[in-house]
Amino acid sequence: MKSQYMIKPMTQTTNSELNNSRRRFVFGASAMLALMSTPFPKNAFANALSQSLSQLSGKVFDLSIDYKMVNFTGKSARATVVNQLLPAPLLRWKEGETVTLRVKNNLDQDSSIHWHGIILPTEMDGVPGFSFDGIKPGETFEYQFTVQQSGTYWYHSHSGYQEQTGLFGAIVIDPATPDPVIYDRDYVIMLSDWSDEAPENIYAKLKKQADYYNYRERTVMDFFSDVNKNGLANTWNARSMWNNARMSDSDISDVTGSTYTYLMNGNPPQQGWQGLFEQGEKVRLRFINSSAMTIFDVRIPGLKMSVVASDGQNIQPVSVDEFRIGVAETYDVVIEPEVDNAYCIFAQSIDRTGFTVGNLTSDASLHALIPPMDPRPVLSHSDMGMDMSGMDMSGMDMSGMDMSGMDHSKMDMGAGDMSGMEHSKMNMGGGDMPSMDHSKMAMGGGDMPGMDHSKMAMGGGDMPGMDHSKMAMGDGDMSGMDHSKMAMGTAKATVSGLGLAGFGSNNEIKHIDTEFGPQVDMRADAPKSGLHDPGIGLRDHQQQFNRKVLTYGDIKGLHPTYDTRQPSREIQLHLTGNMNRYMWSVNGVKFMDAAPLEFEYGERLRITLVNDTMMTHPMHLHGMWSELETGDADFIPRKHTVLVQPGSKISYLVTADAKGQWAYHCHLLFHMPGMFRKVVVK
Amino acid sequence: MNKTNLVALGLLSLSASLTSSAVFAGGNDDPLLTKVMLDQFEKGVDPQDPTQFSAQAWLGYDLNKLWLKTEGEYSNSDKQDLEIQALYSKPIAPYWDVQFGIKTDIKPTPNRNWAVIGVQGLAPYFFDIDAALFIGEQGRTAMRLSAEYELLITQKLILTPEVEVNLFGKDDAELGIGSGLSDVSAGLRLRYEIVREFAPYIGVDWRQKLGNTADYARNEGEETQETQFVIGFRAWF
Repeated sequence: MKSQYMIKPMTQTTNSELNNSRRRFVFGASAMLALMSTPFPKNAFANALSQSLSQLSGKVFDLSIDYKMVNFTGKSARATVVNQLLPAPLLRWKEGETVTLRVKNNLDQDSSIHWHGIILPTEMDGVPGFSFDGIKPGETFEYQFTVQQSGTYWYHSHSGYQEQTGLFGAIVIDPATPDPVIYDRDYVIMLSDWSDEAPENIYAKLKKQADYYNYRERTVMDFFSDVNKNGLANTWNARSMWNNARMSDSDISDVTGSTYTYLMNGNPPQQGWQGLFEQGEKVRLRFINSSAMTIFDVRIPGLKMSVVASDGQNIQPVSVDEFRIGVAETYDVVIEPEVDNAYCIFAQSIDRTGFTVGNLTSDASLHALIPPMDPRPVLSHSDMGMDMSGMDMSGMDMSGMDMSGMDHSKMDMGAGDMSGMEHSKMNMGGGDMPSMDHSKMAMGGGDMPGMDHSKMAMGGGDMPGMDHSKMAMGDGDMSGMDHSKMAMGTAKATVSGLGLAGFGSNNEIKHIDTEFGPQVDMRADAPKSGLHDPGIGLRDHQQQFNRKVLTYGDIKGLHPTYDTRQPSREIQLHLTGNMNRYMWSVNGVKFMDAAPLEFEYGERLRITLVNDTMMTHPMHLHGMWSELETGDADFIPRKHTVLVQPGSKISYLVTADAKGQWAYHCHLLFHMPGMFRKVVVK
Repeated sequence: MNKTNLVALGLLSLSASLTSSAVFAGGNDDPLLTKVMLDQFEKGVDPQDPTQFSAQAWLGYDLNKLWLKTEGEYSNSDKQDLEIQALYSKPIAPYWDVQFGIKTDIKPTPNRNWAVIGVQGLAPYFFDIDAALFIGEQGRTAMRLSAEYELLITQKLILTPEVEVNLFGKDDAELGIGSGLSDVSAGLRLRYEIVREFAPYIGVDWRQKLGNTADYARNEGEETQETQFVIGFRAWF
């Protein structure tokens, strides 16, 4: 629209015409060029143009769904919007009240709205074919239900590709009783991904060439640089697993920043969202990831964040520097910014192909520096669920070997299970290990229970400078984990093979027959627990940057466990797919061919999800809480969407207290059509 | 071998899966798609050199596809080649499809028809493999094996070595084909993907006739070995 915008953005903050304009910033080719050549300078925030969410509150809401042309990239494209807004209006409800939502569909196709994470009768859940017939073109559907919870949630279309093209909005429910979270001001931070390409075209491209959007494949140059660093034999060996598996270690996101522009409250990064605060205020930020395909890593450089709620439910506050938010998850954090300062709310995509930003300041003329993105993650063997426990080093003869310069500093163990790793017969001969540096060895959330060095023969070897002092164990505090396991051990007998509520599954991982065939390219043989794993690309952040990263293991409910029964049974579900053919399924069976999962009304059961792929899947169960087993039976946190890490497993408990038909699916929207189950509670 | 039956079977399976697609709450996971790939369209730099192309197209679903393959060579001389394969393609393993159908060699004349059974897929170490057995009239048999590799120099500059060998079960004197290993070819193409779907390239193509086929060529006064430098483009949609 105006290239001069880049030159004097400050002065335009007083431009009332622009201030009042609800129009989105449209930048022409010259402005685009200027932005490219100076990537996000300090003053890149266009405060005047920054869009904030518009809020509707009360008990009765009129929402109308339309198409609208929008422009986030310099090109005009068609979006699906509510009340002409993208994101859709923020709905503010009050716990205990009955809300009525009249939704008018002005599209030329069926539509729907699903209230994500809201506990309600099945016919109000908004999933066409399950709970109702959908909203036909021109028709109005009236949703009505009593709000039984409080916190941060969201809503979106459950029809076609409407959600991907903008049909999503925030829900904030104020509690009926005094809020245990103390704050002076709150903002919703809605993260999303936008593409000018029609979603059906993106999907077709992925089916035709699965790595279409991945411009970070390994090159010959990478090979030569690895050979230089590690030698030909080591490089060849390190590559052979990937080459045999025909998989790519750079395959983090199916759809990347090469087509996506990442938005914060509907603002592209060139523009940024802006929020103001006043002296001494505690600010509550309600993060919602309403992306189609993008998992974000969020931080605010210079500020600790106290995470107070997860998926709308209050948790015992955890102080962190960074957290990962899966698609459809929500996190509430409280921050205490200092006055006369500006802070950057920085959300980078999991694959580091893009980011979106906000500027939080007490003074609209101050602008926070936008930090560079962190190094991109590279998948490791453990992300394929490979078993390293049988790694036998017994015959490894290291006698006379000089290990003085042995550098483990970048050794990323992921959350690998090294339980059986046997060093006992490792013969060190007279080898010296003077300056063996483990200082930056990142252990992720790995378990090392059985790692036995006791019989490691050192011969006459010295280990003078062996420094473990900074060897960070990720967040996995081993003592706590050990205790929990002891507790489990003693009580195991009472629940016939099932682990105790709150501690996850002890059951054997089984790959059933349907998991074998052309539709499944990988099966995790030894999936580790994803509980204490910060996740790919975050495992070394504690060591590298001294940032505490939130893990699921840190999350404990604020409210005591609602249903203290033990699970009466366990369902093990495997998340499966074939990356190359771009097919997704559960237990190797896609939704269309699958029988519904049946829960008995009132039962307490455990679901264990095993991720047999290299993607991180956010799994969302409608209608009932997913009570994540994070290691404290008394304070099991309730979630509606649970990230399952690559090659990992995770367990949660469900109380089947809602009769009807419910959807259960991966919330990466191009995985959803196949990786989907109907759940019937009767 | 009844070719019509083979094709009918293929089309039948395809139409069976056509009817089973419907829209559900989660969206249609397996829409009917078409991909057309012009893998090679090139001209030798020497004015005498022929224009060549190699293309594939498929129509179908994740697990059932109708697959067409064609390749040909055109020059001012009477040396022209054109073949078309129509195949039904079905996955048998995560990275492998089995394909069967018919192949017809339109040029050179007299034309030959074949039943085809083959496998196509991605072997470990990312080799693209296409191996097919052809069964023709009058007891003719043939086999073709090809392998291709993509070497990324950068994300967009890609070097593609490929090799192909052809074998025949018996002599076909009219077409100058001898039994046994008939010819080997190798190519090396360097393409630049301006966009994923379009990449111009330069390359070199080497072909060697062998055994009885080479003898036929020598008798006709033809070369048994050719090396061409080519320019061309690759495109798909």
